[in-house]
Amino acid sequence: MTFPALRGAREYLLSGAPRSALQARCQRVWFSWRTFSANPVAVAGLLIVLALVSAAVIAPWITGSDGLDPELSRRLLPPSAAHWFGTDELGRDIYDRIIWGARITLYIVTLVGAIVVPIGLLIGTIAGYVGGIVDTVLMRITDIFLAFPRLILALALVAALGPGIENAVIAIALTTWSPYARIARAEALTLRGSEFILAARAQGASTGGILLRHITPLCVSSVIVRLTLDMAGIILTAAGLGFLGLGAQPPTPEWGAMISTGRQFLLDQWWVPTIPGIAIFIVSLGFNLLGDGLRDVMDPRHNA
Amino acid sequence: MKAQSRTLLEVEGLNIRYPTPRGAVEAVRNVSFTLGREKLGIVGESGSGKTQTGRAILRLTETHARVRADKLHFDGIDLLAANEQTMRRIRGRRISMIMQDPKYSLNPVMSVGEQIAEVFRVHSGAPARKARRRAVEMLDSVRIRDPERVYRAYPHEVSGGMGQRIMIAMMMTPNPDIIIADEPTSALDVTVQLQVLALLDDMVSDNGMGLIFISHDLELVASFCDRVVVMYAGQVVEVVDAGALHQARHPYTRGLLNCLPRIGTHGRDLPVLQRRSSWAAGISPRNRHA
Amino acid sequence: MPERAEAESGSGPTPLSALSTVAGSLLTIASTFIGLTAVTFVIGRVMPVDPVLAIVGDRASQDVYDRVFLELGLDRPLYEQYWRYLMQLFRGDFGTSIMTAQPVLQDLIRFFPATLELATLATLVGVLAGVPLGVVAAVRQGRLTDHLVRIFGLFGYSVPIFWLGMVALLIFYGALGWLPGPGRIEVYYDGIVAPVTGFIVIDAAYAGEWEIVRNALSHLVLPVAILSTYALAYIARMTRSFMLDQLRQEYMLTARVKGLSERAVIWRHAFRNVLVQLITIIGLTYASLLEGSVLTETIFAWPGIGQYITHSLFNSDMNAVLGGTIVVGISFVGINMLSDLLYKMVDPRARA
Repeated sequence: MTFPALRGAREYLLSGAPRSALQARCQRVWFSWRTFSANPVAVAGLLIVLALVSAAVIAPWITGSDGLDPELSRRLLPPSAAHWFGTDELGRDIYDRIIWGARITLYIVTLVGAIVVPIGLLIGTIAGYVGGIVDTVLMRITDIFLAFPRLILALALVAALGPGIENAVIAIALTTWSPYARIARAEALTLRGSEFILAARAQGASTGGILLRHITPLCVSSVIVRLTLDMAGIILTAAGLGFLGLGAQPPTPEWGAMISTGRQFLLDQWWVPTIPGIAIFIVSLGFNLLGDGLRDVMDPRHNA
Repeated sequence: MKAQSRTLLEVEGLNIRYPTPRGAVEAVRNVSFTLGREKLGIVGESGSGKTQTGRAILRLTETHARVRADKLHFDGIDLLAANEQTMRRIRGRRISMIMQDPKYSLNPVMSVGEQIAEVFRVHSGAPARKARRRAVEMLDSVRIRDPERVYRAYPHEVSGGMGQRIMIAMMMTPNPDIIIADEPTSALDVTVQLQVLALLDDMVSDNGMGLIFISHDLELVASFCDRVVVMYAGQVVEVVDAGALHQARHPYTRGLLNCLPRIGTHGRDLPVLQRRSSWAAGISPRNRHA
Repeated sequence: MPERAEAESGSGPTPLSALSTVAGSLLTIASTFIGLTAVTFVIGRVMPVDPVLAIVGDRASQDVYDRVFLELGLDRPLYEQYWRYLMQLFRGDFGTSIMTAQPVLQDLIRFFPATLELATLATLVGVLAGVPLGVVAAVRQGRLTDHLVRIFGLFGYSVPIFWLGMVALLIFYGALGWLPGPGRIEVYYDGIVAPVTGFIVIDAAYAGEWEIVRNALSHLVLPVAILSTYALAYIARMTRSFMLDQLRQEYMLTARVKGLSERAVIWRHAFRNVLVQLITIIGLTYASLLEGSVLTETIFAWPGIGQYITHSLFNSDMNAVLGGTIVVGISFVGINMLSDLLYKMVDPRARA
């Protein structure tokens, strides 16, 4: 692939008549980025999310400990130069635990996304494309899950499966996938009769192939927006389960669980439960800001 | 031709500009005309500024529009200097407007009758029962059968033609001096168009109102109005009497006339409408935006 | 004349279409209910390695174990078990709670009012404050008020409610002492008023115990404020976005052409359209607060259904957990159905 020289890059991106599909795509991405980056709030969201990801990746290098081993000689120390966020009831550095906790948060949201999106897309595209009784049945099921109380169902599920991150993820995923099915179905419905789908079918493409190669890619932008906006909710639910003692188990540095164990120190050592709460707040705020920004770029109809 | 006994509306040197990040867009430039109790047509392509002109008279352009005029007088009132309260008493009561598509211009969650009665109540302060009676009368006067039933109907339950009759009834209710009709028939079926036009004609003539009829259809306007203002790129290029339209001199007006197909003339390509930037540049070349 | 036919064809719902609407919503309720019970059935009877043990606990004698084994019909095929389970639920038989040794249904009746009280008040606060805020923000789009409302909205969307409740307790109870601590009422008032409705404020007012009314109200302030944060944020945000959408519509121009005041234009014309859309949003909020109260109840030691479920959970009291789940689920479905119905009544376009 011949990449244009940096000097030509501007012209390549701005030329009114793109000469290849690649160039057209690059231009589209470039214009989207320009709209997005003109919105400082959205960029702030992006930075927060990037900070979360990098903290998770480089955790071993920016922490002094793994945040798991108790060191009882330095219990409940207030924030200081040595311990930026203080230490908890077992003498563990709270800063270290927050950083390691980023991994858990990221693990949870990634896992939920990885379960929810394929299931939603699969059910939605099939329902919309095949139509008829299949559509009715699948959408009825989707509606049932849409009407479920999320947190309570997660509680019941965890009660049966036992507490733990993975079970919390399953519980959250079970009540999160249905909107994706709706999005995908709407997209598939509008595309079903379109010329290029007919053309693909005339060329002998199978239903599976059409769903995968032609319809699914067109759902991507709506799905990304929705997923980003859902992230905050997922993080808050996971933290809530952790707080109730039903998610990640001690000594795992999950932020919700940290609030739960630090709760008894609220009055005298405020930092123990407060800092993880702030971490949760900032990260879910970041996803919300990013999601709003992405929606403005990718889905101008919702621009309000 | 009716006597233009008294001038109701005077527009002189009207300018409307929209500031945008890439410089101001001049939507209307130096437009002047007067209106008595007559039917005046404003014709132009989309984007020629005719709708903006109509809205400026009611001072209902978008909030970020900059409206200037040497003179914008209605019945001795300076419309640009009037306060909001004065404007509210003029709107609906003395100058009214009919929009293009009743599908969008009627409030979908209010019953038709309620919307008509509302305008009467606002301007007369009449009690609800009286307003209701008046609304039913108005529905009857725009030749709607069973007005009691339509009074209770909602906009989505009526057709486009009936919706536009309702719109006419609503805007005629306070018996205004001037009606601005902005493409009132463009969204309707051809068969219904003529009915609505005939109705509008009768209502205006019977009540001795002034009418500003905004349209892109020159033939229609010529057959319907007394005088025609032709606009191009935000400016008036020509004002002609409807009867003398075919003697119009301006090449743009002639172009608009010639680009209509005629049955019986085979084998001739329709001429493409000529546009010259010089027509737009005529008056204030400095303001022309790229 | 064509008009006549139009007027007739568009006049209200025909009996047949009304019937199919009712049938449609009944079908939705039924299928959601079946889905809900199927899930709780799977969770309670299929997933656990030993469902009997999950119900009776590991301290039960062999006799009890065998009796429950047969009661559950675990020797029968699965679909028959589900059918029996469903029939039990219809009779209001949710089993017995290990923790309280009482029928789960009775427990739920006792605990549910506290949750309902919290969620209802929080929704009310969310609506009364959120709707005007959203409208004002939309009307003043891009100005300071708008920015403040948006910032608050983002805050409410992003903050972990249980954490916020904790911090609020620390500040208003711990540090300032302005408001009472956890619980529904001061301990020394407990049990004075006989429960009639289950809502302490109403019961105490009914009994003429105004001291207790005041005390109960002061206990409500913090939890309601905390729980309503999300409701307020969500409702204000949706109101703003709906309102902005309406302000762009052409009939707004019509309303102004008619000479209406700006207030009438916004509240009579735009807001009426917004209200129609808001019904669904308010229903969703109410439903989500009903379950969201689980966390708030934990923080404020509020004896509601959320606390009942979590306590039962830690005591491996499966009947109680599933009973609570079903009750919350049914309230969910009920609220959604109600808001759907209300929507159809208010929006003329949905009536046909």
